[in-house]
Amino acid sequence: MEEWKKHKQPMRRQDPHVRARNFDEVALGYTEEEAVQEAERCLACKKSPCVEACPVEIDILGFIELVQQRDFLGAARKIKEKNALPAICGRVCPQEDQCEELCVLGKKFEPVSIGRLERFVADWEAANTETLAPERPAPTGKRVAVVGSGPAGLTVAADLANLGHSVTIFEAFHKAGGVLVYGIPEFRLPKAIVQREVEFVKSLGVELRLNYLVGRTITVDELLAQGYQAVFIAVGAGLPYFMNIPGENYNGVYSANEFLTRSNLMKAYRFPEYDTPIKRGKRVAVVGGGNVAMDSARTALRLGAEHVYNVYRRSRQEMPAREEEIENAIEEGIDIRFLTNPTRILGDGKGWVLAIECIKMRLGEPDQSGRRRPVPIEGSEHTIDVDVVIMAIGNGANPLLPSTTPGLETNKWGNIVADEDTGKTSMEGVYAGGDIVTGAATVISAMGAARRSARAIHDYLMTSRK
Amino acid sequence: MFVVETPRIARKSKPGQFLVVRVDERGERIPLTIADSDAEKGIITLVIQEVGKSTIRMGVLREGDTLLDLVGPLGKPSHIDYFGKVVLVGGGIGIAPIYPVVKAMKYAGNSVVSIIGARTKELLFWEDKVKEFSDELLVTTDDGSCGHKGFVTDAVREVVSREPQVDLVVAIGPVIMMKAVAEVTRGPAIQTIVSLNPIMVDATGMCGGCRVTVGDRTKFACVDGPEFDGHLVDFDELMRRRKMYVDEEKTALQKCRLNHVATQHTFRAEHKG
Ligand SMILES: Cc1cc2nc3c(=O)[nH]c(=O)nc-3n(C[C@H](O)[C@H](O)[C@H](O)COP(=O)(O)OP(=O)(O)OC[C@H]3O[C@@H](n4cnc5c(N)ncnc54)[C@H](O)[C@@H]3O)c2cc1C
Ligand SMILES: Cc1cc2nc3c(=O)[nH]c(=O)nc-3n(C[C@H](O)[C@H](O)[C@H](O)COP(=O)(O)OP(=O)(O)OC[C@H]3O[C@@H](n4cnc5c(N)ncnc54)[C@H](O)[C@@H]3O)c2cc1C
Ligand code: SF4
Ligand code: SF4
Ligand code: FES
Repeated sequence: MEEWKKHKQPMRRQDPHVRARNFDEVALGYTEEEAVQEAERCLACKKSPCVEACPVEIDILGFIELVQQRDFLGAARKIKEKNALPAICGRVCPQEDQCEELCVLGKKFEPVSIGRLERFVADWEAANTETLAPERPAPTGKRVAVVGSGPAGLTVAADLANLGHSVTIFEAFHKAGGVLVYGIPEFRLPKAIVQREVEFVKSLGVELRLNYLVGRTITVDELLAQGYQAVFIAVGAGLPYFMNIPGENYNGVYSANEFLTRSNLMKAYRFPEYDTPIKRGKRVAVVGGGNVAMDSARTALRLGAEHVYNVYRRSRQEMPAREEEIENAIEEGIDIRFLTNPTRILGDGKGWVLAIECIKMRLGEPDQSGRRRPVPIEGSEHTIDVDVVIMAIGNGANPLLPSTTPGLETNKWGNIVADEDTGKTSMEGVYAGGDIVTGAATVISAMGAARRSARAIHDYLMTSRK
Repeated sequence: MFVVETPRIARKSKPGQFLVVRVDERGERIPLTIADSDAEKGIITLVIQEVGKSTIRMGVLREGDTLLDLVGPLGKPSHIDYFGKVVLVGGGIGIAPIYPVVKAMKYAGNSVVSIIGARTKELLFWEDKVKEFSDELLVTTDDGSCGHKGFVTDAVREVVSREPQVDLVVAIGPVIMMKAVAEVTRGPAIQTIVSLNPIMVDATGMCGGCRVTVGDRTKFACVDGPEFDGHLVDFDELMRRRKMYVDEEKTALQKCRLNHVATQHTFRAEHKG
């Protein structure tokens, strides 16, 4: 095989020193030539194992062949048959664990860069064409309420609107997009792209009601009583976990949700032009090893921190964050301390963070998740001086909606119990999908669940007599 | 003071609840108590103390202006029930949020002693409204310009020592005042509810910025509260956390002082959607 076919066509990125101080997108995308070149690497496998590993089953080979033929618009259409949000998935999917993991080329060499090609095609379409809303099907007269406007909510809304149902999304925040707008930062997913996708969903006739906290402004039962024949719940996993160690309530300690929401949704990185403030730490410690931790650490850096530590209790192999983002973070100068776990946060006597005390860990026996359990090494306590600490150790289910919806069954973690294939919950006409069902997962898995549920809701609406 | 048209919130609002307002595109999300609501007319009343950029900016709104975003009602409603003899305390801006509690407690058949206070006469308001639903009203001002000279806590102490039986105290106002009231009632072990006002962002339980320590547990005031058992709240921590952004608040304020004329006015704003 020719040498160039063995490796991914590299994607241009902002220089690490420059990008560590700005909020512009890090990865710059392929040019047409680069995209065609990358597409040429595909082996056109008959069975296309890559497709199996994509939760929404994009016809990967199909769209790659269209890229080879320079029919970029055709490629975009092909992807959109299965995925309404390609510009987003191409950027944030953990491809190394999904489509690219099973890519045949990847067995010996680097896999085809499916995510980057998807991103290229979606961006090309946006830059070169007017996104036309597809023709509206004949209305069915059925009304569906969708709670939450993250990837799951947007997907279900688009699918059901395309089937002729009248869909209203109720969103607690003043902006639609869920984690895509409040969690994932601008430098990884520009908000204009999310906005474009939200506008697309609206162009299908979906109505968006912002500032509606379902459970308080209106309840699920009231939605049903008001004539919505079905409700889809996609409220995400928005309850921040803390470690319950001493000192966590000192000033300067944030949950990643708060830190990222202030910066992304409220645009605190542009304070005082925008009103919402954020503490710009000089020395910052971020606790955790997922995408949320990487995003927090890199945001802190861009807010002007001199030194950002990332404290993670396992080793690099176990880190759940996307590989590409770990590399980006290290390149930008994030100081990752593997096998290290906080034991307490020390204050300055006036209620502010002064340092974080950590203990070294070693990997012991595998736990239920199959990963080796970290065990503290006694006597290895040490302190790191910091003025801001960000807890990014995970999110659970926000109990607000379930607790105000009698009859809606949840499991012991507070997640809504829903059928995997249909999203059906314990309540008639009520469906659920995305992070609120699975716990914090991925954009594409939330969309996959939503797609399956849309089919089930459609069947329900067309057969129920209500 | 604001009267805001917002039928969907007015319809659902209960005493003790609040909402979140964003004045304009670059604005902060600020929590404000729903001081009164009328479901039929679809209106709610907010009473605002101009302390920083956002509240000052609300202060320059005029009749007919609109607020960009309004979400609510938020938080758990006050626990309204028949307790017997209740003492309801509103300090400063806290007079506004105590009013719906006074009204509801009266309707629930309680014997209501209301205590309201402010630094000086000009800062007092709604004496008539509160009085209408109280069996007894005590008024205090720090400088003695109206009612008794002294703090609301002095009046609480007096009532508690005078009455053979007080079943419940609810105190809303500055943190320091709520702390002081809780101290007065701790000895005689009178159940005391306070309404906490930590810094909030989303007010939906998603960020944890509003966390407060109650007993040995961390609570999110926006969804678990805002009302808590005053004898268990760590008020000192709350006071510290409220000061998290003093420097930034000054910066924000400098930018907006220029065109502000402090005034007190009542008007109607509308919220579309
Ligand atoms: C910082 C961060 C980085 C991430 N990075 C990646 C990544 O790189 N790749 C990846 O695949 N995944 C990533 N994820 C995970 C991914 O974003 C989530 O799995 C996905 O967004 C879940 O989608 P969802 O639609 O279920 O919920 P969400 O996106 O959480 O959306 C839920 C929406 O519901 C709204 N809501 C909540 N309660 C109510 C209510 N009661 N009434 C009305 N509205 C309500 C919320 O405001 C929100 O808008 C990341 C997550 C975070 C936090
Ligand atoms: C549940 C609740 C109910 C409230 N009800 C009322 C009310 O009815 N009337 C009223 O005038 N005020 C009320 N407040 C306080 C009000 O939200 C703050 O005064 C307002 O946010 C200050 O914004 P600012 O920009 O004007 O001032 P800033 O300059 O930002 O801050 C001044 C002060 O307000 C506090 N503060 C700042 N931002 C917030 C925030 N996002 N959330 C809470 N406090 C903050 C700070 O600790 C500081 O002491 C309430 C607060 C809570 C939490
Ligand atoms: S949606 Fe995600 S998993 Fe599917 S092809 Fe695109 S990048 Fe791969
Ligand atoms: S597995 Fe890889 S090489 Fe084969 S068709 Fe899919 S992308 Fe192309
Ligand atoms: S304000 Fe964010 S959790 Fe309460």
